[in-house]
Amino acid sequence: MLLKVENAKAYYKLEKVSVKAVDGVSFEIFEDEVVGVVGESGSGKTTLSNLVSMNILKPLTLVEGKILLKINGEFKEISSMSREEVKKKLWGKEVTIVPQSAMNALMPTIRMAKYVEHLAHSHDLAEEKLLAKAEKRFEEVGLDPLWLKRYPFELSGGMKQRAVIAIATILNPKLLIVDEPTSALDVVNQRVFLKVLMQLKRMGIVRSIIFITHDIATVRQIADRMIVMYAGKIVEISSMEEILRKPLHPYTRGLLNSVLTPEPEIRKRGISVIPGAPPNLISPPHGCRFHPRCPHVMDICKEKDPPLEEVEEGRRVACFLYSEERR
Amino acid sequence: MLPVFGGEKMSRLVVENLTKIFSLGFFSRRHIEAVKNISFKIEGREIVSLVGESGSGKTTTAKMILRLFPPTSGKILFEGKDIWKDLKDQESIRDFRRKVHAVFQDPFASYNPFYPVERTLWQAVNLLEKKLSNKKEALELIKESLVRVGIDPKDILGKYPHQISGGQKQRIMIARCWILKPLLIVADEPTSMIDASCRGGIIQLLEELREVEGTSIIFITHDLGLAYYVSDNIFVMKDGEIVERGHPDKVVLEPTHEYSKLLVESIPKLYRKLEGL
Repeated sequence: MLLKVENAKAYYKLEKVSVKAVDGVSFEIFEDEVVGVVGESGSGKTTLSNLVSMNILKPLTLVEGKILLKINGEFKEISSMSREEVKKKLWGKEVTIVPQSAMNALMPTIRMAKYVEHLAHSHDLAEEKLLAKAEKRFEEVGLDPLWLKRYPFELSGGMKQRAVIAIATILNPKLLIVDEPTSALDVVNQRVFLKVLMQLKRMGIVRSIIFITHDIATVRQIADRMIVMYAGKIVEISSMEEILRKPLHPYTRGLLNSVLTPEPEIRKRGISVIPGAPPNLISPPHGCRFHPRCPHVMDICKEKDPPLEEVEEGRRVACFLYSEERR
Repeated sequence: MLPVFGGEKMSRLVVENLTKIFSLGFFSRRHIEAVKNISFKIEGREIVSLVGESGSGKTTTAKMILRLFPPTSGKILFEGKDIWKDLKDQESIRDFRRKVHAVFQDPFASYNPFYPVERTLWQAVNLLEKKLSNKKEALELIKESLVRVGIDPKDILGKYPHQISGGQKQRIMIARCWILKPLLIVADEPTSMIDASCRGGIIQLLEELREVEGTSIIFITHDLGLAYYVSDNIFVMKDGEIVERGHPDKVVLEPTHEYSKLLVESIPKLYRKLEGL
């Protein structure tokens, strides 16, 4: 096991209200695996990624729970580290996050190499050594090292995204978190990017990858397991193949049935609709948060919050349809 | 009575050798051929998709069909009339606007933030050929159209655009179609800005309109999955040309052009894994 999150609650604390973006999630990431986190916009995916990488800035507050990461063979509670410690010890070496649209955050007037130099400074490393490493990493992701001397606006979207991933992994982080990395790329570049990710993992540069996206068909290509989020909670965790073969949670089923890919199975299956809209996370519905939209809603769903329970080996679902408590 | 052309039933829309060249620059003029000599037909009750990446000329084609800018050469016949030559007076253009309707990608940009959302429905009512005798009757029509698209009129009447969700906005655009009952809808990426769980609803509403009113629909999209699911015919565009056309099964399962082959191959699928990752 590489990472363990125990009952984490992270709220955006505003003046009068709290937005419960992540509300009591528990999961683990094993070594040498790719985990996909899927859900609609506003389901808490990005907040979860910030939590795991300890990028917690006000108004986001970790209200409850623990995050444990294996560092040098020992589990350390990273959720109690100070921000200074996180910056020095964690980021880049243990955990790296590539936030959503990171490639568009590159300053157009700063050469790519400058980012490597910044990295060297913040980790007290020799500039030349790190630049040499960056050149090698650029080659590994299929970019000519000459691009290091170029400005970001000279690179195409696909190249920028690969350059970002190359710089982000220079220090060989154990856990790589990528947030919607392929959403802005066309399908041909998406494929190249997925290939680069898998290559980094095969070469042992990164151990495990958390891939956050709303696009199930993309994450399906590389993920071993999938976490489905809805309104700040995890509703299902399962191996990728099992979840595609037989989704258990009604939300997962609805989400899968709304995917349109050019495949004969999809034309045969048709498209289904989840009625209603995701809830407001300031005052989410009582009981199961999906109950107002659920086609299988029962009385208990309106009163009690279903716990995330193991129903088969390696499959966990938060739904009373599969729980002992169902009368 | 159906208009007849040489004994054959007339197609609802005929696009013939359509070309659009944009000229840039003042001294050294550069010419960009956005659409190159494309031809296709759409029948009544037919759904077709123009599929292609950005810059393939699909939106340019749509804008010419919507009569937003003129083609450089070629013809667009709607109900047998050349929309750029035969519509001479204001009234015939108004009539064209009634019969051809657009649904755009960004539901946020289709509304004026200073007015309540139902204004766009009142505008549709004013466009109607048959003038309604009083306001009450018009309001009934608006309410009916909202119910048709699965919205409770109480929920949106009097609200401003920022108070309703993107999915609802797109539904209201389709409610407009229920008031006007157009013969042709041009839908430019109508679902790309909407959450996955609401997307199916929008597609179903457009399909229902086709079933009930016999509306023809052109989907302009980069999403081959969507095109494959909804269309009777797919036209794949690349650099201003139609490079592949036909029944969705033919285009997706047995593509012949290099570009459509690459496109179909690269799209991530749910039940198959991409090779060589």
